[in-house]
Amino acid sequence: MKKRRLVIRTVILLVLGAAVIYTLYANFTKDNKLKVAVGETAPDFVLTDMQGNKHRLSDYRGQGVFLNFWGTWCPPCKKEMPYINNQYQQFKDKGVQVLSVDIQESELAVNQFAEHYKLDFPIMIDTDKEVMTAYGIDPLPATFLIDKNGKVIKYSTGEMSEDTVRDFMEKIKP
Amino acid sequence: MKDVKCECGHVNPHGTVLCEACGKVLDENEKKNPVLDMRYEGSARRSQTYNKTIIDKIWNFFSSVKVGVWLIIITLIASALGTILPQEMYIDQPPEVYYEEEYGWFGKLYYQLGFNDLYGSWWYLLLIAMIGISLVICSLDRVIPLYKALKAQRVTRHEGFLKRQRVFGINTHVDNDDFTVIKKHLKEKRYRVREENGDILAEKGRFSRWGPYVNHVGLIIFLFGGMLRFVPGMYVNENLWVREGETALVPETGEKLYLKNNQFILQHYDKNKDKTFKKAIEEAGEVVKNYQSNVILYNRVGENIPGEKPKLEAIKDYKVRVNHPLTYEGYSIFQASFRSDLEAMTFALTNKETNQSFGEMKINLRNPKSVYDLGNGYSVKLLSYFPDFEFGKNGEPSTKSRVPNNPAFVFRMISPENPKGETSFVAIKQTIEPSGNNTYKMSFKGIETKNVSGFIVRKDSSLWAIILGGIIFMIGVIQGAYWNHRRIWVQNKNGEVWIAAHTNKNWYGLKREIETVLTDTKLNIPEDQLQIEKQDKEVV
Repeated sequence: MKKRRLVIRTVILLVLGAAVIYTLYANFTKDNKLKVAVGETAPDFVLTDMQGNKHRLSDYRGQGVFLNFWGTWCPPCKKEMPYINNQYQQFKDKGVQVLSVDIQESELAVNQFAEHYKLDFPIMIDTDKEVMTAYGIDPLPATFLIDKNGKVIKYSTGEMSEDTVRDFMEKIKP
Repeated sequence: MKDVKCECGHVNPHGTVLCEACGKVLDENEKKNPVLDMRYEGSARRSQTYNKTIIDKIWNFFSSVKVGVWLIIITLIASALGTILPQEMYIDQPPEVYYEEEYGWFGKLYYQLGFNDLYGSWWYLLLIAMIGISLVICSLDRVIPLYKALKAQRVTRHEGFLKRQRVFGINTHVDNDDFTVIKKHLKEKRYRVREENGDILAEKGRFSRWGPYVNHVGLIIFLFGGMLRFVPGMYVNENLWVREGETALVPETGEKLYLKNNQFILQHYDKNKDKTFKKAIEEAGEVVKNYQSNVILYNRVGENIPGEKPKLEAIKDYKVRVNHPLTYEGYSIFQASFRSDLEAMTFALTNKETNQSFGEMKINLRNPKSVYDLGNGYSVKLLSYFPDFEFGKNGEPSTKSRVPNNPAFVFRMISPENPKGETSFVAIKQTIEPSGNNTYKMSFKGIETKNVSGFIVRKDSSLWAIILGGIIFMIGVIQGAYWNHRRIWVQNKNGEVWIAAHTNKNWYGLKREIETVLTDTKLNIPEDQLQIEKQDKEVV
C-alpha cells in the first residue's frame, strides 16, 4: 500500500517535472533559430555565381566545403575576405572548395567588392534569402564547415583571423 | 504509521479526524470544539501524515495550500514589477544597452533579473510551473480522501458527531408517524433519503463538492495549452514584409507557402464624399479608411532546392484588410503595417554653366547598372554605390546595410569633351567633386518609391486547449457556486430523536428547508449553534 503510494507519487512528480523541464528548454532554445546543427547534413542549395556558373552544394561531395555567408556592407566581412582568398589559393588543389554567399545585394555592389579585394573563389547572391532561411543564420558573417560527406562539422559567426581560416580549411581537407 | 479502527468497525487511514463511516471524533483536539470543522469531512489529508522519502517531502511541500498561496502572491508581485519599465518587445534598441542607458542602475538590475522579458524569463516560468504542480498535488491530496469519506459515510452517525454539527436539535417526544412525514417532505425537496435501523440520512447536491476540483482540472488544461505554445509548429507569430509585385516565402510553413503582393492600397476618408464626417475629418486631418493588400497565396509543388526558382501553384486570391486575414490551413495572414521603400532615383547629366541636359538615367536602387549610356558620346559610369551611406571610421564613405535608406553614388561622367570622365560623389542633398572644377554635374530629377506591405503570420494550434480549459474552469465555478451539498440526519438516540444538518454553504437556505421538512410534525426546529453562541455573547 505504502509502496504503491510512493510509486504513484514518483510517477506524477516525474511527469510534472518533465513538462516543466521541457517548457524551460523550449523557451531557451526558441530564439536560437539556427536550423542546421553540427553533425547534420547541410541543406542542399543551387546558386549561380557572378560568372554564370551554377553551384549545387551536393555536387561537391568528396570535397570539403567552406561555406561563407557575407555582405559587402559588413565590416568583419571586409576584413576576412582577403584571408579566405589567400587560403583558398593554398587549399583549392587539396580538395577544399570555398562557396561564398552574399545576402540579397545588387550585382554591382558584389562585383565591385570582388574586384576591389581581388577575390577568386565563386561568389553567388542569395537574392530571395532562401538559402539564408534554410540555414537560419543571423548575423553576418557566418561560416559553415562541411566535410566531404556533406555533414556540417562546425558553425562559426564573427570575424575570423587568417589562422582561423587556415585551421578551418585544414579541418575539412578530405 | 497505523490505520485507526473506529468503535463502529470502520478502518480509517492514519490522521483521520472524523471516522469516515460514523463520524466519531477520533482526534482528541477536535473533541474540545463545540462545533466540528467539517472541511474535507475530517478526512486524513495524506500529505500531512507521511514524511519519509524525498519524494514525500517534495509532495508535501506542494500539497500545502499555504505554499500555493505564497506562490501566487510572489507571481503577482513579479507581474506587477514587470510593468514598471517597458517590456523588451516595445523597445526598438538592443535591451542590453537600452535599460541601463534609460534607467541607470535600476534599469541594469531590471535587465539582469530578466524583468525585461518577464514571460520569457526562466524564474517566472518556474513560478507558473510550480503553481501548476501545487494545483495538481493540492487537488489530488484533497479530492481523493474527500471522495472516500463521502462514499464511506453510513446513515447512523456517532452521537459526538451529531452533537457537534452546527444545526442541531433534540426531541424527547418520539412519534413514528413523524418519520413518514419527514421522508415524504425530504423526497419532495429532492433529497436522496437513506434509511438504516430507523435512522435517516437525507443528502443532496454532493456534486457541488467536486466544483473546485473540476475548476482546477480546467486550469491545468489551460496551463497545458500555454505550454503547448512552446512546442515547435504549434504557435507561429512572425512578421513578413512583401514588396509590391514580389513573392516571398511565408515563414514557419516548412518552406511550403509563398505570398505574392500584387498591390498595397491605402485609402483615406474624403471629406467631400463622406459628408457626414466632414467636420470630424477637418478636425483630425487625414483619416485612414482602409489598409489593404491584394495578394495571391501559393503552394510550392514538388521538392525544392533553396536558390532554385520554386514551382508555385496558386491557392487563393485575396484582399487582406485589417481584421480580415487570409486564412489557410490554420495560418492567418493579417494586414499589420506598411512602408514605402526607395525604389529608383533619376538623375540628369547636366552642364553646370548652361544647365543643358544630356539625357536622364534612372537608377534602380536595388539593382543598379554599372554603366548608363546616354547616347551621343555621353555616358555615366557608377564607380561605387552605397545604399545606406555613412562616413566610415576612417573617413571613407561606406554603407551601413544593404537597404537603400540613404543612397549615395560615385559617378564618372563621360562626355565628348572629357572622354576620361569627371568624378562626382552624390548623396542626398550633397555633392562633392574631388577635382573641384567639373564641367558637368548629376542633377537630381526625382525619386520613385514602392510600397511594402507588412503582414503578421499567425497560427495557434494551442487554442483548443485554452478554450477547453476555460470552459471546464467555468463549469467548475458554476458547479461549486450554484449547488449546495446539504445533509440532514434524523436519528434515534437514547430514546430521543436527534436532528442535525450540515451544508457547505448557504446555511440560511438549509434552515428554511428544514422548517419545511418538519412542518406537520411535532418535532422542534433544530437550532444553529453558532448563532446561539453569538446571541449569548451579545446578551453578556
